[in-house]
Amino acid sequence: MLEPNANGHFSVARMPLATDAAKWFEASILGVLPDLVSAARRLTKNTADAEDLVAEAVAKAWLNLATLKDPSRFRGWIFRILTNEFLAARRSQASEPQLESLPSDTGDFSIFEQLHQPFLLWWSNPEKEFLDKLLREDLIRAIESVPETFRVVVLLADVHGLSYQEIADAVGVPIGTVRSRLARARSILQKALWEHARDAGVRPQHRNPDVT
Amino acid sequence: MNKSEPINCEEALRLLAVYLDGELHGGEHVSVEHHLNTCRSCFSRAEFERRLKAELGHLGRDDVRPAYEQQIRQLITQFTTSPVKEPRDE
Repeated sequence: MLEPNANGHFSVARMPLATDAAKWFEASILGVLPDLVSAARRLTKNTADAEDLVAEAVAKAWLNLATLKDPSRFRGWIFRILTNEFLAARRSQASEPQLESLPSDTGDFSIFEQLHQPFLLWWSNPEKEFLDKLLREDLIRAIESVPETFRVVVLLADVHGLSYQEIADAVGVPIGTVRSRLARARSILQKALWEHARDAGVRPQHRNPDVT
Repeated sequence: MNKSEPINCEEALRLLAVYLDGELHGGEHVSVEHHLNTCRSCFSRAEFERRLKAELGHLGRDDVRPAYEQQIRQLITQFTTSPVKEPRDE
């Protein structure tokens, strides 16, 4: 197998036309590899599957490099390929629609509003204290509990900072659908975070029986 | 339309997520910004949502196993070299 030399360069004899593109591609992929692995782990919830997914996306990306018209849009483009690969694999595996297992009561849940219940106002700055106590694992667990259809959009938007248009392209839905799914996803995510925080003792236990 | 109109808390909160995502433009963007500068309650809500979003953003890069990175390098090498045929193959 051809290996790059100490400077990371390849033999020009083997790649007379594609050397620059190949070097650029490798550098670009390695630059976003931690991002891709992170996204894939949140999507698959499994490191081995995540690594397979990223490898498949990298291979697909090279084969479709000609579709990348603007190199400055590489990040959105590679995330789109990764997302497409994930969703395509899930569609081929799933025997029933992902939408069926959605929670029904999480249309507009807000941690901020929960923390501003009148009986909690004795807390000096409840939202700051809540956020200060959150751990990385708390956030990861909450994200991974969000149903897949919604997890994809909140992951791409809030964790990886993609634009609505990039998310729309990645998921294959209109921007309006991205907005509505994102609103629902954040509500589900915040409710999961709130419930997990209660279980982990991150937020105060209160005596109001109406709020769980 | 770039002209901003005064908005109430309900309207500001309806637009808040899109505003924080940087996807609100023109008059609506200015209206939300102005409301947040004048309403302590909505400002606090915006700060909370902004910080939660920032915390999520910190999850964006995972450590990559060195062996896995090497596998990806080899995969790329394999893919980027395979389309080119040696003269003796033709």
